[in-house]
Amino acid sequence: MNEDLEKLVPQVRRDILRMVHAVNSGHPGGSLGCVEFFVTLYKRILEVENDSDQKDMFILSNGHISPVYYSTLARSGYFDLKELDTFRKINSRLQGHPTNHDGLPGINISSGSLGQGVSVGLGLALSKKLNNDSSLVYVLTGDGELQEGQNWEAFMYASANKVDNIIITVDYNGQQIDGSTEDVLDIGDLKQKFEAFGWKVLEVEEGNSLDKVYETLSIAKENSKKGKPIVILMKTVMGNGVDFMMHTHEWHGKAPNDDQLKIALNQNPETLGDY
Amino acid sequence: MENYINQGDKDTRSGFGEGLTELGRSNENVVALCADLTGSLKMNEFAKENPERFFQTGIAEANMIGLAAGLATGGKVPFTGTFANFSTGRVYDQIRQSVAYSNKNVKICASHAGITLGEDGATHQILEDIGLMKMLPGMTVINTCDFNQTKSATIEISNYDGPVYLRFGRPKVANFTDVSQRFEIGKGLKLKEGSDVTIVATGHLVWEALKASEILMEKGINSEIINIHTIKPLDEDIILESVSKTGCLVSAEEHNIYGGLGESISRLLTTKMPIPQEFVGTKDTFGESGTPSQLMDKYGLNSSSICESVVNVLKRK
Repeated sequence: MNEDLEKLVPQVRRDILRMVHAVNSGHPGGSLGCVEFFVTLYKRILEVENDSDQKDMFILSNGHISPVYYSTLARSGYFDLKELDTFRKINSRLQGHPTNHDGLPGINISSGSLGQGVSVGLGLALSKKLNNDSSLVYVLTGDGELQEGQNWEAFMYASANKVDNIIITVDYNGQQIDGSTEDVLDIGDLKQKFEAFGWKVLEVEEGNSLDKVYETLSIAKENSKKGKPIVILMKTVMGNGVDFMMHTHEWHGKAPNDDQLKIALNQNPETLGDY
Repeated sequence: MENYINQGDKDTRSGFGEGLTELGRSNENVVALCADLTGSLKMNEFAKENPERFFQTGIAEANMIGLAAGLATGGKVPFTGTFANFSTGRVYDQIRQSVAYSNKNVKICASHAGITLGEDGATHQILEDIGLMKMLPGMTVINTCDFNQTKSATIEISNYDGPVYLRFGRPKVANFTDVSQRFEIGKGLKLKEGSDVTIVATGHLVWEALKASEILMEKGINSEIINIHTIKPLDEDIILESVSKTGCLVSAEEHNIYGGLGESISRLLTTKMPIPQEFVGTKDTFGESGTPSQLMDKYGLNSSSICESVVNVLKRK
C-alpha cells in the first residue's frame, strides 16, 4: 500500500509548490511537513467509502496549510484536479484558508483563525455518540497553535467527558511565523501537559515517514473508545522534501520564486501527472 | 385598537427555558450547551429531562461555541446558553469563523442582555451585542419582548436552518403578547394603529412604547406601535408602510444607539423614504450597578424617554 503513497507524496509536494508559486502567496512550509500525514489519513485511515452514514470525519484546525489539504482531497476524488489551479484566485472555492462556505466537497468547517478546530472536532465526536455512530473524528492542529487558550478549554473538556472517539494529531514541527516555538512562546513538555489533562498520548518521532505515521494512526485507532481522548505528537520537518525549505520557519508563509520553484520541483519528480 | 394587558410580570429567560424544555420533548435533534449558568438561563429542566443531550461546558465559552459548531456539523440543532456578554463579545471570532462563515445551524441564546441585568454592573451589561451580531453575514438576530414571545421564538428558531442570535433578559417584565401567537422570524408586529408618529421598539421596550402611546394619546398624539423582534432580517415593509402614513419615527431599544435596531431602521429610511427619526437607546456609554428600573430611568430607556423623543421628532416633521 505504501508503494502507491511513495508515488503520491512527491506529486502532492509538487501540487503544493505549484499552487503557492502561481499566486505568489500561501503556506508551503507546514503543508510540505504534513504531506505524509495527509496522504496516509486519506488513503489508508479514514473510513469514508462505506454506504452507511457512519463515516470518519476530518477537521483541519491549522487551516493555513490548505495547499496539502486541497491537493490530497483532489487526489482522493473529492473534486477535479484542475480546480487546484484556482487556489487563492478570485471566484474560487479554494480559498486561502479552507471553508465549507462555497461548497467545496470534503471541507466540513472553516478554519484559519487558529485554535478552534479541536472544539469543533469534539462537538462532532459528541454528535456521533448521540447518533450511535461508531466512526471516528480526526483533527490536525499545529503546535504553535496550541498557544491559543481555547485548545486547553477543549482538552480539559474532552477528558472530563471521556470523549474517546476522537484522535487529535499535533503537527509538532517546532516552528511558527516569528521563529521557533521555543523562542516565540515555549509550549514546553507537550506530553506531560496532555497527560496532565487526562489524554492518552502517542508520539511519533518520524512524522515524515509513511510507515511510522500509518503505524501510529493505527495504534491510535486501536486505542480509541477506551475512555480517553487520544493525541498524537507528530514530529515533522517543516518544508520537508525541499532541501532549502527544511528546518526553518522562513517558508511558513512565503512562496518560492521561479528559480526556487524549479529547484524544488527537480527534487520532487512528477509521478502521477501535474494538475 | 387592541388592548394589551400585562398578564403578570415574568422574566424572558424563563420563556427561553420553557421553550427549550418543550423542544427537548418534541425534537430529539435539539441539544443544549451551557457555560456554568444553567440556573440563570433556566436550562435546568432540559438538562434534567435530557442528560445525554445537555452539555455542561464549564466556564469556557469559546470551547462551547466550537462544540456547538461541531454538533451542528453532525446534524444536531445546538442551543448555547450564557449571558449576552459571554455569548457575543467574548466569543466573537469563534462565532464568526466556526458558526457564521461556516453556516452552522447553531442557536446562540443570550440572557441578561443590556443594563437591566442590574447590580452586577457594566462588566456584565452588554449594550453592543445586537450590533456585533447583526454585522455577521447570514446571522439572524432576534430580541424578544416578553415571556410569551421568547418562548415561541425559542421553539420557532429550531425550525429554521441557520445561525441565530436570540437575545433576552434577566428581570421580570410585563408579559402581554398573546400566548397562542406563532412566532414568525423576520415579521414585525403592528401592535397599535396610529397616524402621527411611528414608534418601533424591540425587547422589553415594546411595553414601554405601549405605555408611552397612552401618555401621548392624552396629549392628543396618535402613535403607531410596531414590535420588531427580528432585527435582522428587518421587516422593511411594515416600517415603510407605517412611516408613509405617519412621516416620522422613534426607535427604542435597550442597546447602544450605535449599531442597534435604530441604526438599521435609519439605513432603511435613508435609502427608501427619508423622514425624521429619533433614537431611544443608550448613548455610547457603559452601564453601572443599580436596580433595573433605576437604570432604565437614568439611561433613558422608558416610556417617558420615548414620549420626549416623540415630541422632538414631531417638531422635525
